[in-house]
Amino acid sequence: MKTIVQVKYINNLHKAFESRVRLGIMSALAVNNKLDFNSLKELLNLTDGNLATHLKALERENFISVEKSFKDRKPNTKYYITKEGKKAFEDHLKALEKIISNKK
Amino acid sequence: MKEKQDYIKDIEEIRSMMERSSRFLSLSGLSGVMAGIYALAGSYIAYSVFNFNPDEVVFYSAQSDLIKVFFLAIVILILALSTAVFLSYKSALNKGEKVWNVTSKQLVTSMLVPLLAGGILIIVLISKSLIGLVAPMTLVFYGLAVYSASRYTIDELKFLGLVQIVLGLFSSYFVEYGLLVWGFGFGIVHIVYGMYMYFRYEK
Repeated sequence: MKTIVQVKYINNLHKAFESRVRLGIMSALAVNNKLDFNSLKELLNLTDGNLATHLKALERENFISVEKSFKDRKPNTKYYITKEGKKAFEDHLKALEKIISNKK
Repeated sequence: MKEKQDYIKDIEEIRSMMERSSRFLSLSGLSGVMAGIYALAGSYIAYSVFNFNPDEVVFYSAQSDLIKVFFLAIVILILALSTAVFLSYKSALNKGEKVWNVTSKQLVTSMLVPLLAGGILIIVLISKSLIGLVAPMTLVFYGLAVYSASRYTIDELKFLGLVQIVLGLFSSYFVEYGLLVWGFGFGIVHIVYGMYMYFRYEK
């Protein structure tokens, strides 16, 4: 039986973070100012296409933003967490913690 | 609907990703021990073979001896650095990670500024014959570099940095103990710290 409180917290979980990959991207960007595509790829152990899809999804939510520049004449894309994204991620974390402590 | 286990795994994944993406954890304790041994050997050679033991801030010795000590210091530095890189490389390989990643880049960049500033200051000191201050200043600036690098690796590195800074400042006043304190700081302290790291994280 779920109490009303638990349901409330579960509703606080953000849909965008249901995938663990997206959670991973947000965690890495939460503790780093900026990360480029390749660093994220190495950290998460993903293929180009897979990572790009998840990044696009987070970008659509306005949780992350992109900074494009050139490095040695090659395009270099860096990602960073937006204010909105940081808030959503922190709220998600709080909700997760509440659910776990309630379910004991 | 996700189960409790799933939520717990979510949190674990978040924690591990935050740590993996911001701290370089493949720094080997053994490389600290090795650096300490090189430093002890080096200070012994400088003292007993080259008769190098400045007891005043302004210290004159034969130019040729000074150059020998200078090269000895460079050799120790290269040995210590290459051992650290090699052992970290092996340790990262074992964990299936790359050595040159976001975190190691941050680690190196954070050390670079204090080390370069210290290096330039030391060249200035040598050119002004302020030889007595060279060993203390290497300790101070190395300590500063390690202290600022600790943000990007194991927290205990902060303590190592502080110890080196204090030793450097102490020996900059008591110049006659300069070489002795240098051997203690780079030698003994490194060995103790390296063994602690080894038994704590790698055993």
